[in-house]
Amino acid sequence: MTRRRTFRPGRSGHLFVAAYVVLLIAFGVVPTVYAVYFAFTDAGDEFAGVANFVEAASDFRYLAAVGHVALYLVLWLVSLVVFVVALAVLLHRLGAAAVSRALRFLYYIPGALAGAASVMVWLFLLDPAVSPVSALLRAFGFGTFGQVVAPEHLPVLFTLIAFWTGAGGWIVVLYGALNTISPELLEAARIDGAGAWQTAWRIQIPLLRKWIVYMVILAFAGGTQLFVEPQLLSQASVGVAGRDYSLNQLSYDFAFQNDNVNTAAAISVELLVVGLVVAGVFVARSGFFDAD
Amino acid sequence: MPTESARRRVNPLPALILVLFLVFFVLPLLWLVLAATKTDDQLVHGNPLSFGSWRALADNWSALTSFQDNAIFHWLGNSALYSFVALAITLGVAIPAGYALAMTEFRGRKTLLVATLVVMLMPNATLVVPLFLELNAVRLIGSMWSVVLPYAFYPFGVYLTYIYFTTAVPRDLLDAAELDGCTQFGVFRRVALPLAAPIVALVGFFSFVANWTNYFLPYVLLPQSDQFPVQVGLGTLLNSVPQFNPTVGTAAVQRPELALATLLAITPVLVVFLFSQRFLVAGMLAGATKE
Repeated sequence: MTRRRTFRPGRSGHLFVAAYVVLLIAFGVVPTVYAVYFAFTDAGDEFAGVANFVEAASDFRYLAAVGHVALYLVLWLVSLVVFVVALAVLLHRLGAAAVSRALRFLYYIPGALAGAASVMVWLFLLDPAVSPVSALLRAFGFGTFGQVVAPEHLPVLFTLIAFWTGAGGWIVVLYGALNTISPELLEAARIDGAGAWQTAWRIQIPLLRKWIVYMVILAFAGGTQLFVEPQLLSQASVGVAGRDYSLNQLSYDFAFQNDNVNTAAAISVELLVVGLVVAGVFVARSGFFDAD
Repeated sequence: MPTESARRRVNPLPALILVLFLVFFVLPLLWLVLAATKTDDQLVHGNPLSFGSWRALADNWSALTSFQDNAIFHWLGNSALYSFVALAITLGVAIPAGYALAMTEFRGRKTLLVATLVVMLMPNATLVVPLFLELNAVRLIGSMWSVVLPYAFYPFGVYLTYIYFTTAVPRDLLDAAELDGCTQFGVFRRVALPLAAPIVALVGFFSFVANWTNYFLPYVLLPQSDQFPVQVGLGTLLNSVPQFNPTVGTAAVQRPELALATLLAITPVLVVFLFSQRFLVAGMLAGATKE
């Protein structure tokens, strides 16, 4: 769909976007340039090549943090795709529209607890002393909070927290996408003898592919940023969950505990490159964003 | 829509799955509300899904508000101040920008659009430490503007506005206004802006929720406790709960007080949620309407 624009090469367009461009430069471009500058210089502002990247990578916590984040990402993305798609399809099949709408809203509500609030809720839920599901925790053999938040459980726990706050929004999105599939198509499938399962698997899910990719991209980029969950958990568990569990925490520690902004910037640049590459590839290749 | 004849055997599994997830999403929240009405002792020994007492709720309230001399209200006030000032700037900046990207032609338009998309897809936490370095260089650390201005930069809002104007506003209307002798600015103010109410509400909603729930940015940029927004304040409270931090001295915070503080921290967002369900669905889908 192409549209005719008021063709006015002139100043009015520029005036409208001027304030936004200033903010884009100040808080998008400049911090990026800053990060790159600090990442490639040393404390004396001399060019340092890749020394900071080497220092970050050779830090004993670095590979562990990469591993933590990677494991968490795999769990988070797989559970997101499987459950969100399944729930959206099930909600879409519900005969009662009111029930379906109410459920979508209730699933979405934990989204209001993004950030520190959701971590607070889960600290309680994971503490067998007060949890409403303490029977479940004990059934798994966890008697104390310390046992629940043992380091090897953390990727699962962070996935739980992320899913609890984030899944509802994506269910709403995919449900809306399912609504765009023409009823005639689904009806034709039914007449051809496709059951609900086959309709979902052969028709609905393939048509949702674009949306699922969009969800995975955004969730992936967001997931690399893990910070508030491990940070607050480490406070609550008196250091059981390390202060340096994730890459963002490591970057934060380098900057504010070790006073080493150059290595901190090197980690930021790495995360930035991952984010930019993922975003750039998606914008360029998916055709998802029709830039006109 | 399955017809009655198509359902000879009703499979109970889908309903079971939906209910199971309902419990998963809602139970924690329900528990949190009830936890605020209990004493710490009831929290440990009572039925998890029972109501405590109004008395205990009042006690928790007074204990929480006395923490560091009304700190919770300071933090909530800070959150409100940062979120609303940023919201005002966001709307003032993003709506005209999205409009111009959709409706006018100017040099660099395409570049700006692509830059917006890329920045929008990048998680903003990546830039927190570099932002600190930048704002430190211009001596803004510790000022409210060090979080408000980054909050106000909201490419997603620009993108939503751009989508809205390209799809929902008839061009002819604007062209007619221009033929009638309106300046470009006049067209925007008299014709486009009155039509933009839905998108203003939508961008406002997303921007408010994003800023209210942000933790990492204020955590790094506002080191003073009296400047904390409520999200960071929750972390301070957590540090004073003896069960989570055995080294607490006299100013201990009981677990039900922390539950109450968490409720207070999410109430504004919940209220906004309840009142803007319509916008929400529309907006989450507008993230990619390309029919």
